[in-house]
Amino acid sequence: MDPQIRQFRGNARGAINNRNLQSALAKLSSGFPARRSQAAARLPEFEALRDEARAIKDHVLEHLDIYLERYEAEVMSAGGQVHWCADADAARAKITEICKAAGAKTVTKSKSMIGEEIAINGHLESKDITPVETDLGEYIIQLRDEPPSHIIAPAVHLTMDQVADTFMARHEGLDPTRALDEPRKLLEEARAQLRDKFIGADVGLTGANMLIAETGSNVLVTNEGNADLTYSLPKVHIVIASLEKIVPTLEDAATILRVLARSATGQEMSVYTTFCTGPRREADTDGPEEYHVVLLDNGRSKLIGTEFQAMLRCIRCGACLNHCPVYQTVGGHAYGWVYSGPMGAVLVPGLIGLEEASNLPNASTLCGKCESVCPMHIPLPRMLRSWRQKQFETNRSGSFARVALRVWAALARRPGLYRLAVGLGIAGLGAWGRRRGRFAWLPMAGGWTGGRDFPAPNGDTFIAQWHQGARGDASGAWLRRQGP
Amino acid sequence: MERETGSQDGPRVGVFATCLVDLMRPAVGFATVRLLERAGCRVSVPAAQTCCGQPAYNSGDNESATAIACQVINMFMSFDYVVVPSGSCAGTLKKHYPEMFANDPIWEPRAEDLSKKTYELTEFLVDVVKFKNVSANWCNSVTYHDSCSGLRELGIKNQPRALLENVSGLIISEGAEAEACCGFGGLFCVKYGDISNEIVGRKVADIQETDADMVLGGDLGCLMNIAGKLKRQGSSVEVRHVAEILADMHDHAAIADPDSVEDV
Ligand code: SF4
Repeated sequence: MDPQIRQFRGNARGAINNRNLQSALAKLSSGFPARRSQAAARLPEFEALRDEARAIKDHVLEHLDIYLERYEAEVMSAGGQVHWCADADAARAKITEICKAAGAKTVTKSKSMIGEEIAINGHLESKDITPVETDLGEYIIQLRDEPPSHIIAPAVHLTMDQVADTFMARHEGLDPTRALDEPRKLLEEARAQLRDKFIGADVGLTGANMLIAETGSNVLVTNEGNADLTYSLPKVHIVIASLEKIVPTLEDAATILRVLARSATGQEMSVYTTFCTGPRREADTDGPEEYHVVLLDNGRSKLIGTEFQAMLRCIRCGACLNHCPVYQTVGGHAYGWVYSGPMGAVLVPGLIGLEEASNLPNASTLCGKCESVCPMHIPLPRMLRSWRQKQFETNRSGSFARVALRVWAALARRPGLYRLAVGLGIAGLGAWGRRRGRFAWLPMAGGWTGGRDFPAPNGDTFIAQWHQGARGDASGAWLRRQGP
Repeated sequence: MERETGSQDGPRVGVFATCLVDLMRPAVGFATVRLLERAGCRVSVPAAQTCCGQPAYNSGDNESATAIACQVINMFMSFDYVVVPSGSCAGTLKKHYPEMFANDPIWEPRAEDLSKKTYELTEFLVDVVKFKNVSANWCNSVTYHDSCSGLRELGIKNQPRALLENVSGLIISEGAEAEACCGFGGLFCVKYGDISNEIVGRKVADIQETDADMVLGGDLGCLMNIAGKLKRQGSSVEVRHVAEILADMHDHAAIADPDSVEDV
């Protein structure tokens, strides 16, 4: 998917007016956060685990080279191969090469945001290889030719009726009058459709929630078990993962797993947690014959050593999306690329450049909810501010908001002048608005007054009144006495 | 000599009124002073104060923000305490000034010093001076909006409620989403007005669920946003800063309501 972040405002407006989307978002906003907080409350050591999880990733990021090399050595000793890819082009080329070598016609896929990041599906199709998404949510949006709208719940923007309509339209040869009015029926139908695809696939492509340095394993967390079939049935398995997914030990992986599902869906554990290590061994009854890891950088190593390094602690749990008032209002598609919500607003400018992604760091109230729920304690608001600062430094053009802000700041640095200017302004505004107590419209404040009134000021400023000796009293008489 | 009120032997408190209170709602400034006087403080309101610099800081204009911060630090350095009737501006002084001057040998210690003595109003009253003597009446039900910076940067949650419990007649009816952002977000509310408006729409729906007659909060930005939305919808729910009720100074019109009933 090509980034369409410049259209953020228009996308957001469309999202606000989309009824189906709004009802899906309302469900998400009440469901996930409540489940997370219950799960956290049930586990006394949850906060301590968050601290531990953060420390694990901080340690890894300080010694990334060491752990990556160890990981590679372990993968190789288990009979697998690691392919280092600097960018999306390199990763796509490597994946295609492996698929071609295996003579692949279809590739089953499971669980990979990196796959979205490098737009692998379109690329495979252009090489006459058919990618088949096997995660239910991914499968649905693949049928609809849509990008995911959430990092762990890709079809969360859809209502059940929309999914049923999609299945009716796209699943051929079935009774057109069948009932698809329950999640279970939808699941069964999708499962039946996917069964043959699993068996017929030549290559299985999965992401990885973590890569474990000491064993060379990749960890997969799903609720449907589709990743296991994607891994174990085809002859060739490709893991595609970004390099910050590494953790040192199995023990560390267990610590992170304990915060991951709780933060994401409020589950204690996801239904399936799979550790895959290399191709099948002689005594194994199943498993792939080849095991490849495509290890992607795509801009991440540039973030190391910068104020954005902590973003690489992210374990993609989605908690920051679920709790974000902006995400809850516009959903994931409005953000215009794979990663949305607060984590997207911080990560995307780092990956594809601030100019392209300039809307994202600004479209936040900085309410701080994301940081408060992030299992890895990533200071997302602070980093959004850092992007804004970079933007301010590089963008010398004079947008209206920017000029107004500069004028305000210049005044705020000159108290005498400030008093004079605001005194006059407020007196005028107060005189104009005092009768109704508010304005339904104000020049240049359409963003506010489009949906809200703007309260009128109460006459003279506090500082001026105070220094004239006013005390303010219960009757509010000072307001009228001191008013213009 | 600047005007000074309250008890001469109490701690010296400088009030940082905040630009919104100064410009939009002097009543909150007067109520703040009255509460501090009642709590036994010696109160000043430095005349040269303007703004804490948060709009600049949040917009990435660190040069302006730090210049304003230096001004505030100089102005308030000599007080025992700095009290701010806003969680978000108190948060700027307390949390962000030290960040702005990180590794600056001269200004970082000054910012840290200011940070240590800065408090949001209800936090100061409850945690520092242990103020119990609220003599106020309000025979109605109110709901409280926890503004984001106060709640998450400063941990303010119980303090305003502890004070309100001592207002005779007052009943607190909590909203299920009292801690949810109201969508104000400083310049966000204008830059991304559509989104902001949706968020505040959910906020006022939650407020209306409580059946309270009044919304209180500690941050004028949020309160103006909430009031603006309620009034646009024709709601009669009043919106006030918590200090107005605690100081028993509520005869004047609530936020965004007409100045006086006779005038309408
Ligand atoms: S930033 Fe934190 S909360 Fe958001 S997805 Fe990453 S780990 Fe989860």
